[in-house]
Amino acid sequence: MLVILSILVENKPGILWKITHLFRAKNFNIDTISVGVTADPEFSRITICTHGDEKQIRQIVKQLDKMIDTVEVKQLDEHKSVYRELILFKIKINTPSDSMEINKLANSYGAKVHDVKKDSMMVELTAAPDQIKAFEDLARPFGIIETARTGIAALQREGA
Amino acid sequence: MNNIENMIGAKALMLAMEKEGVKQVFGLPGGANLPMYDELYKSNIRHILARHEQSAAHMADGFGRVSRKPGVCFATSGPGATNIVTGLATAHADSSPMIAVTGQVPVAMIGRDAFQESDIIGMSNPCVKYSFQPRNAAEIPEVVKKGFYIAESGRPGPVLFDIPKDVQQNEAEMIFPDVVKIRGYHPWTDPAIPEIERAIQILLSAEKPIILAGGGVIISSAFAELQAIAEMLMIPVVTTFKGKGAFPENHPLSLGPIGMHGHAEANKLMIEADCVLAIGTRFSDRSVGTFEEFEKRLKIIHMDVDPAEIGKNQTAQVAVVGDVRVSLRIMLKKLTQEVVKKSDYNKWLKHVNEVKDYWRENLKIHPGEMSAAKILRKLRETIPNETILTTEVGQHQMWASLFFDVIQPGTFFSSTGLGTMGWGFPAAIGAKVAKPDVPVIDIAGDGSFNMTENSLATSVLEDIPVIVFLINNYSLGMVAQWQRTFYDRRMIGVDQQNCPDYVKLAESYGAQGIRAQSLDELENAIKVGLKSDVATVIDIPIDPEEDVLPFVAPGTPLKDMILPS
Repeated sequence: MLVILSILVENKPGILWKITHLFRAKNFNIDTISVGVTADPEFSRITICTHGDEKQIRQIVKQLDKMIDTVEVKQLDEHKSVYRELILFKIKINTPSDSMEINKLANSYGAKVHDVKKDSMMVELTAAPDQIKAFEDLARPFGIIETARTGIAALQREGA
Repeated sequence: MNNIENMIGAKALMLAMEKEGVKQVFGLPGGANLPMYDELYKSNIRHILARHEQSAAHMADGFGRVSRKPGVCFATSGPGATNIVTGLATAHADSSPMIAVTGQVPVAMIGRDAFQESDIIGMSNPCVKYSFQPRNAAEIPEVVKKGFYIAESGRPGPVLFDIPKDVQQNEAEMIFPDVVKIRGYHPWTDPAIPEIERAIQILLSAEKPIILAGGGVIISSAFAELQAIAEMLMIPVVTTFKGKGAFPENHPLSLGPIGMHGHAEANKLMIEADCVLAIGTRFSDRSVGTFEEFEKRLKIIHMDVDPAEIGKNQTAQVAVVGDVRVSLRIMLKKLTQEVVKKSDYNKWLKHVNEVKDYWRENLKIHPGEMSAAKILRKLRETIPNETILTTEVGQHQMWASLFFDVIQPGTFFSSTGLGTMGWGFPAAIGAKVAKPDVPVIDIAGDGSFNMTENSLATSVLEDIPVIVFLINNYSLGMVAQWQRTFYDRRMIGVDQQNCPDYVKLAESYGAQGIRAQSLDELENAIKVGLKSDVATVIDIPIDPEEDVLPFVAPGTPLKDMILPS
């Protein structure tokens, strides 16, 4: 089960470390993580994408809740939240037509194209993880040189 | 109302601790905590000098468990701080309220690998409830207030203050808050009434119910509530090892501890029960054997103050989150007010008594005069019920679990979670400081006693007389037992021989050493120790081959308990 946890914490040094430490100590794994200060500078929001069975996830949430530095821990329902991740792909250009094909693909996903060179180009995509996966599958035949991703940022929809 | 004053950080620390009711600290000075010691010198707080920081931490732990107020220990930076890590981990594993204060190198030196610098905040993180490293002297009063609140509220635990030397020395305007609020900390939840009602329903519709009392009952002093419910419903009571003495062990409904070295009758009946009311326990592997076997069979009602314990090791049918004393009181009130229609437990109770009587009469014990069972029963007969017992870790500890009946609830303490050898003696000293008018006895083994025996100096010089009841098999007995049982008698690293001579050792510290080689000598030695105004080490040689039985091998279910043959 893929799970997105939205954790509101005190914006103080060392707290991200304590949270990642907890994941390690309790034998849980982090798939992606993103952190940033909120509009209120007293708090930071940490968004962690993890996986596990229902019992494990319940335990992670409780352990996080128990931490004194966490103010709020929410398990986000993907159908009731907006969640996005930014990924940069550096894709190989093998033939002149590749460049056009990749541009078309990028357009259809609402992605931006950067740094077009003779042998490669860079694509910036902001999307939900499943769309990123779909884009990646379509880009793979061209040859993906490298990628960098930010981890998921997510918020629950109002009234959800 | 806040009181504002100008002073240095170290003085603010003493004042803030005095406001928390601290009367003494256990510790050892060093370069980085000298400003604190200088202010300690000027304050009304007593300093009790330990000979090793680990012992100072265990003393604070023992004090905290007995008084249920945080014990305080001091250590310097670097090795002083790393030496208390075992003490913090022990207190953390057993939910004991404690405050550790370490000196740290000055703020500007942090991160430069300075002399005696250690990243104690980092090292101790998984074994503290919380830690603070104030960077400005002015933070100290609030840090202390928050730290004590965190250590003693909800599920208690150790809290660390790591104070850089310049923060101790700098002067600031100090504001001493009377109350503090911590946004992300909600230590107590009101138990949900509907869950308690469901728990009652399940309990009353069971045919073979049992109560499993854990350490939480002792921490919250829910003895009277537990006993009232057990007696009202006539439900037999087993305990975890940490819960030993949560219920009087001479009570007709008491079956004693379950688990790896539980009582035969307790383990046998635990696996026959169809419903367990588990109070303040985390279902440790040492208690339940295998997790799967336990939850498949049983309806579990789980009461605990820590929501994270619910479903961690065992899945419960009903969970009541809250201070167990509060939860039990509500349960009791509901049981008293409403017409209780319960299943007929008579058949179950009759069976329980038969099993109990059978094992109490037929459990084979070691035949020698100085067998563990006989010496521990002699101890029980000779000391008053209010005596506080601590133990070390090993065979003697498990023999105490099997053969020493705790009669007055809340008088038995042991390092049950971390299993720290060397805990019992310094903890006994801390316990004696908490209750100076009550005899305190450390049930010890030679292996464990070796680890902190230099606390004899503290006991003698600080005038804190306790008894070390040293069950001496000249070996690391529990390891030896495992080597005999699981490794075909390939004995390695367990033979301690007659070294040191514990009578002479005690005497060299100015304590009293008595060797007891018969039950009469033992009785006499205990009586001498009870009257003594210095520490008494009673060296009791036993047969090194005596095993602790019954025994549930690690990772096996309770039903596969090995019995004495």
